[in-house]
Amino acid sequence: MLAYDFKWSILWQDPYGGWILDGIATTIKLGVLCCFFSLLIGVIIGTFRITHYKPLRVFAEAYTEIFRDIPLLVQLFFWYFAIPTLFPENIRVWVYQEIPNFEFWVVVVGLSLYSSSRMAEQIRAGINSISADQFNAALSTGFSHYQAYRYVILPLAVRLVIPPLTTEILTVFKNTALAMTVGVLETTFMSQQVEAYTFHGLEATTAACVIYMIITLVVVGTMGWIEKILAVPGLITRKGARL
Amino acid sequence: MNFEWQVITHNFTFLMGGLVTTFELALIAIAGGLALGILVGMARLSNIKAIYYPATLFVNLMRTQPLILVIFWFYFFMPLVLGRPIGDFMSASIAFIIFEASYFAEIMRAGIQSISKGQVEAAYSTGFTYWQTMRYFIIPQALRNMLPSLITQGVVVFQDTSLAYVIGLREFLRSANVVDAREMRSVELYLFVGLVYFMVCFSMSRVCKRMELKKGNA
Repeated sequence: MLAYDFKWSILWQDPYGGWILDGIATTIKLGVLCCFFSLLIGVIIGTFRITHYKPLRVFAEAYTEIFRDIPLLVQLFFWYFAIPTLFPENIRVWVYQEIPNFEFWVVVVGLSLYSSSRMAEQIRAGINSISADQFNAALSTGFSHYQAYRYVILPLAVRLVIPPLTTEILTVFKNTALAMTVGVLETTFMSQQVEAYTFHGLEATTAACVIYMIITLVVVGTMGWIEKILAVPGLITRKGARL
Repeated sequence: MNFEWQVITHNFTFLMGGLVTTFELALIAIAGGLALGILVGMARLSNIKAIYYPATLFVNLMRTQPLILVIFWFYFFMPLVLGRPIGDFMSASIAFIIFEASYFAEIMRAGIQSISKGQVEAAYSTGFTYWQTMRYFIIPQALRNMLPSLITQGVVVFQDTSLAYVIGLREFLRSANVVDAREMRSVELYLFVGLVYFMVCFSMSRVCKRMELKKGNA
């Protein structure tokens, strides 16, 4: 063992403690925004994948494959480094210098697009897992198409996709750590900045690990709570969200 | 805006060198992660609490962490344990093996659970020990049953190796980044990198889909 002088106190020393707190705030902001947008796009793409209209289905399938089969980091670099070079010089300079938090919004776009393809898959699987009989039964009871979806299929689908969606939401929060590579000052970035200033990398990185663990627990707890509120007694048993 | 695709051909050897590192890292991560994952997966099904709880803790802990952070953590932690600095590649390999093991472990656990209990009992009653039963009956079948999931996870690992970028390892993405810094042709380079990743991952996921269909028909 190399002699290593642990100094956990740097974590709450000024200014390092403040940096880490700022990092947590950015991580949460980023995670919440990306969850919202990726869920929104995911629902649209997921519905496209099960429509009877072929062009929409092909589009949705291509969308899912493209965003799923390229590493997120490559996608982020593409949006951050490559896209601005397509603009003329003066606009490019303006983009990098004048847009407040440009890198933050690049990550919101990149991560949302990437995650939406994964969410779409879960939503498609959720809707597909409901047997056609349910729909037929609803129609034969006199429901219209819209009513069958609104009152029978969707309430079931929403409850079915909550556990897999919890996994995806956790993945989104974990993936926000990649934002550090384009210079967003989130938790992982801040922990490495503390390392750069103090050479106490192990403490700072461990602190970040604990923070992500807490975020995970909060997300799992919140989703479990939503699931409990929505639960229909005796209908769908909770199998628990996977991390 | 005009594209200059020659940037790819001019730096082809350099970029391919990065791709080779990516493949090496992916292979090490998959082989090591799977080997460790099988053991952890078995431990997750153990009746002995002293084995079950640490394995469960390990899996759940790893799955709450972003991979990027695990890579950093081992980058700082390994020199401490070994008493000397280790290279980027070594450090990344260790981080990947340990991180991916937690994912492979869950797949293997499901795989082992998919084998009927009767087989274990039959093996025991024929006089096989636990390790023999696992080695000759359960694990081979579990691997075969879980092949589609294992390949999917393999594709994920392959994509994940791009994160070794953060500790300066010169894998595929980092080499494109290095070329970009010199040549300033981001669009061409990142499109090329994306395309290569896409071709590898897309073809693997097709293989996977075909296997699942076959299994469904059988």
